[in-house]
Amino acid sequence: MNMMSESAVEKALDQKMSDASHKMIGKDVSVYYGEKRALFDVNLNVRENTVTALIGPSGCGKSTFLRCLNRMNDTIEHCRVTGKITLDTDDIYDQAIDVVELRARVGMVFQKPNPFPKTIYENISYGPRIHGLSKNKADMDQIVEASLQRAGLWGEVKDRLHESGTGLSGGQQQRLCIARAIAVSPEVILMDEPCSALDPIATAKVEELIHELRANYTIVIVTHSMQQAARVSQRTAMFHLGQLVEENDTDKMFTNPDDQRTQDYIMGRFG
Amino acid sequence: MASTHILSAYDDELKYLSRRISEMGGLAEQMCSDAVRALVNSDAALAQKVISDDVILDHAEREIGDKAIITIARRQPVAADLREIVGSLRIASDLERVGDLGKNTAKRVIAVQGTGVPRKLARGLEHLSDLALVQLKDVLDVYATRSAEKAEAIRIRDEEIDAMYTSLFRELLTYMMEDPRNITTCTHLLFCAKNIERIGDHATNIAETIYYMTTGAQPEGDRPKDDSSNTLGAITE
Repeated sequence: MNMMSESAVEKALDQKMSDASHKMIGKDVSVYYGEKRALFDVNLNVRENTVTALIGPSGCGKSTFLRCLNRMNDTIEHCRVTGKITLDTDDIYDQAIDVVELRARVGMVFQKPNPFPKTIYENISYGPRIHGLSKNKADMDQIVEASLQRAGLWGEVKDRLHESGTGLSGGQQQRLCIARAIAVSPEVILMDEPCSALDPIATAKVEELIHELRANYTIVIVTHSMQQAARVSQRTAMFHLGQLVEENDTDKMFTNPDDQRTQDYIMGRFG
Repeated sequence: MASTHILSAYDDELKYLSRRISEMGGLAEQMCSDAVRALVNSDAALAQKVISDDVILDHAEREIGDKAIITIARRQPVAADLREIVGSLRIASDLERVGDLGKNTAKRVIAVQGTGVPRKLARGLEHLSDLALVQLKDVLDVYATRSAEKAEAIRIRDEEIDAMYTSLFRELLTYMMEDPRNITTCTHLLFCAKNIERIGDHATNIAETIYYMTTGAQPEGDRPKDDSSNTLGAITE
């Protein structure tokens, strides 16, 4: 392994991050489930090529905010979103936006691995096929291999691409779901507690994958484990009672946060 | 640290600490050797360089401290990793002290410049400093290999430096008694000798830290000492 070039890559990424443009901008975002208000005027920007972690106690609104970013809240009845969220310059709540196309640009990985009950190959090829991203079989083979490579799964499954995806271990299934999300070349990947159903080794592998994906994608991750947030993210946002308490560099957040509530939460004094 | 972590960024952080410690070690060694050379050659310019280099060392210690804190916060290190990081903090602070001792020696160059250092005493100081610097150099080499066995061997060797220091102490006393005009210079040289002897102690501390980092246990038994200067009274002819 070439150490110098690796740290040079890290440096270049950090540089890229520090003058990063904001990939997504959330302005005065509020969410109501019927009468109940779940988010209060959240202003949070997501930087490009950065892993942003959303932390906070249960019911603080972090998952609600995450789901706003690719309009997953549309699927919940009585859910109303106000404020403005942009992806690059596009207002994602604009009437003219095609939600299917939006979700191809902003992919999502869920808490429990949820591969389709199909072969490993089909799990990956499904998205590119419905979005018309490949011209022929060779093209598709290439997308499948590249996606599995990027998800660090290729070596483990290349000899059984036509076996069922559900036959894989939990950790492998989750990396398959990440590969599936990557297959449609998204710009942003949202992850809602992607490791909570995995053992520590599988968790570490997924975390390493997240770390690598940062070079090509913008990632937002919701996690109950603040240790995980500390390990994988460069930026951390802390939510409490539907409000954004603090957003900061992860290094700063976990050594000397600005807000007392953040300090109390990460030190395990409430929540 | 033969094996690697699944999280490669964690390895990068540990490598960073270890690389910075080695850099600090190299600089501290250079400063101390320069300080003694400046002293015996009455080289004020070299002494000034040592004094200004100390800032770099202080800065490096703070950066290592900051990085160690962040690594602890982000990785929640355990077992060998935890010892590695805590060890880095301790070694960085020992090396920072070594730099201070070099700087203090360099500062005295100006004070003894007028009279110069008598040849005989200069040789004694050089010899003492050679011993201490070998000790420091060896312990830094052991740091690179993390060998508990070699660390233990270095720890035991500190005795030689102590004995040499005691003999130099005695010599300086004699010199002062011979001619009171020597007192100013000799007092400064006494401090210089003490500084050099302390460098040996810090090298021994580092050896003990390496032993702990590698084995998880503190080295057993007291470190051997042969510094009897603290009980040395007036010499009667």
